[in-house]
Amino acid sequence: MPSDISIIVVEKDQDRASRIVEALTAAGDYRITVLSDEAGLAQRIAELRPDVVLIDVASPSRDVLEELTLASGAMERTVAMFVDKSDPGITRAAIEAGVSAYVVDGLRPDRIKPILDAAIARFHMFSRMRTELATTKAALEERKVIDRAKGFVMRAKGLDEVAAYQLIRKTAMDQGKRVVDVANALVMAAELLK
Amino acid sequence: MTRTLPVGYLPLVDAAPLIIAQVFGFAEEEGLDLQLKRAASWSMLRDMLDFAQVDAAQMLSVVPVARALGLGGGTVPLEAPMVMALNGETLGLSSRVAGLVAAPFGDAVAAGRALAKLGQPLRMGVPFAFSMQAELLHYWLERATGGVAVSIHTVPPPRMAEALLADEIDGFCVGEPWGSQAVATAGAHLLLPGSAIWSQAPEKVLATRVGWCEAEPDLAGRLMRAIWRACRWLSDPGNRLTASEALAAPQHLGVSPEMIDPSLSGRFSLGPEGDEGFAAQFLTFCDGAANFPWRSQAAWIGMRLAERFGLDVAAAQSKARAVFRSDLYRAHMAGTAAALPRDSGKAEGNLPDSAPVPATQGHLTLLRNRFFDGAVFDFADEGR
Repeated sequence: MPSDISIIVVEKDQDRASRIVEALTAAGDYRITVLSDEAGLAQRIAELRPDVVLIDVASPSRDVLEELTLASGAMERTVAMFVDKSDPGITRAAIEAGVSAYVVDGLRPDRIKPILDAAIARFHMFSRMRTELATTKAALEERKVIDRAKGFVMRAKGLDEVAAYQLIRKTAMDQGKRVVDVANALVMAAELLK
Repeated sequence: MTRTLPVGYLPLVDAAPLIIAQVFGFAEEEGLDLQLKRAASWSMLRDMLDFAQVDAAQMLSVVPVARALGLGGGTVPLEAPMVMALNGETLGLSSRVAGLVAAPFGDAVAAGRALAKLGQPLRMGVPFAFSMQAELLHYWLERATGGVAVSIHTVPPPRMAEALLADEIDGFCVGEPWGSQAVATAGAHLLLPGSAIWSQAPEKVLATRVGWCEAEPDLAGRLMRAIWRACRWLSDPGNRLTASEALAAPQHLGVSPEMIDPSLSGRFSLGPEGDEGFAAQFLTFCDGAANFPWRSQAAWIGMRLAERFGLDVAAAQSKARAVFRSDLYRAHMAGTAAALPRDSGKAEGNLPDSAPVPATQGHLTLLRNRFFDGAVFDFADEGR
């Protein structure tokens, strides 16, 4: 049975947005709109009257959505209520994953759950990707520092690359430090002595 | 033994008490290591508090009261054992509208009359629906502008300048540095400091989940004393430059120190032409027992929310006053140099000048406390 639930995804990054849409489409037959522009967000959402709004927990635009929870004149339906009212457990899971959901008042919890489950899984993936990226970046930085330190030791002591690395590693082990810390100290000293 | 404590804040000048407490060792003196967690919005900070990612946070004074009245989002009740800052808001207009409004900076009555003559609807931006910015704006607009049609919109403060340039709003009421930023980058003109509407408006509180202070009395006491000492340090004009530099750091506010100095000195660039203006009592961190969470402040907020959202005013006031925990403040600040008033409520708006009031020991001096229209909110204190 086709679902009559409409979802707005607020996401600037096109790649992330399409991944969220993909996950939601796999979870059910929803009408999904992606809004990427922060300008005029409140007005766009009010016009589209969605049942669910999904937005990154850390998006500065979230406070704009809070306002919509109040904008319920006599002619309007309540635009969005924070999902806590239905299930604090799932709200916690969502927040920890990095997504917050605003859900129209009166939408049944069993209809919300598959949407949130899909969003939560996808946001968990984003945060894993972020962590991985940061780790890779840090590892690359460390490699660069160690290479520079090796070069310095090779020139100063007339050693080949393997011997230079072994000297740095031995120094690190003797002092109970990480190789990268010793390399950092060497590079800093080399800069000073230039 | 040093204990670590996660606390949350938003990158605003009035997050200073938490940042300064950690950076300049006031927390360390109390055996506290504050893990400062910066949030991107008030909703996010509130969620961090609700779901115990932080145990205490800088918070808009109106948020815990609204929560107690069942307004807005959130899951658990919050309370305020301490006020962290009074005022600090700027009210400004886009360069187009400012060109039509002639009023001296800081004159709320004249500014209201000038807006009334505009004869066109205005769109004003505030950072959050439940904020002192929104309260002061509503209070002033209702009383000073002769019923000009105004719509109030939430605009994240870092977007305020952009929203002015994009003609989404005609003006704003926002905390610093975002007003000065709008002047510098969007040609905005400052019209009023928030203190010109109410000179002792509680702007930010220290917020905790209800029951946390009682469950962790040791941590709560250390935190409140560290913040109070940071506030006292901030109130010394000699520390202004140092404070601006520390707050400006990329991991905290991430703006230039020149954007922070105006709110600490009260001297502002009013517009792109470079006119200067001075705002008295612009931002108060400590003077006049500023950190005491008066029951009357909470009751005023409760009354205003009740009137606007159609709730029972007496019931709302009574719920609101329980949110500002003057009893906790007394318990944890006893034995420090912080002056404690004898009463926990006061008449708001009735001090045309600084004046002494009875303290638990001797007297303490309260600062000028005026609403722009001379109104007095007389609050009957029913004990502590």
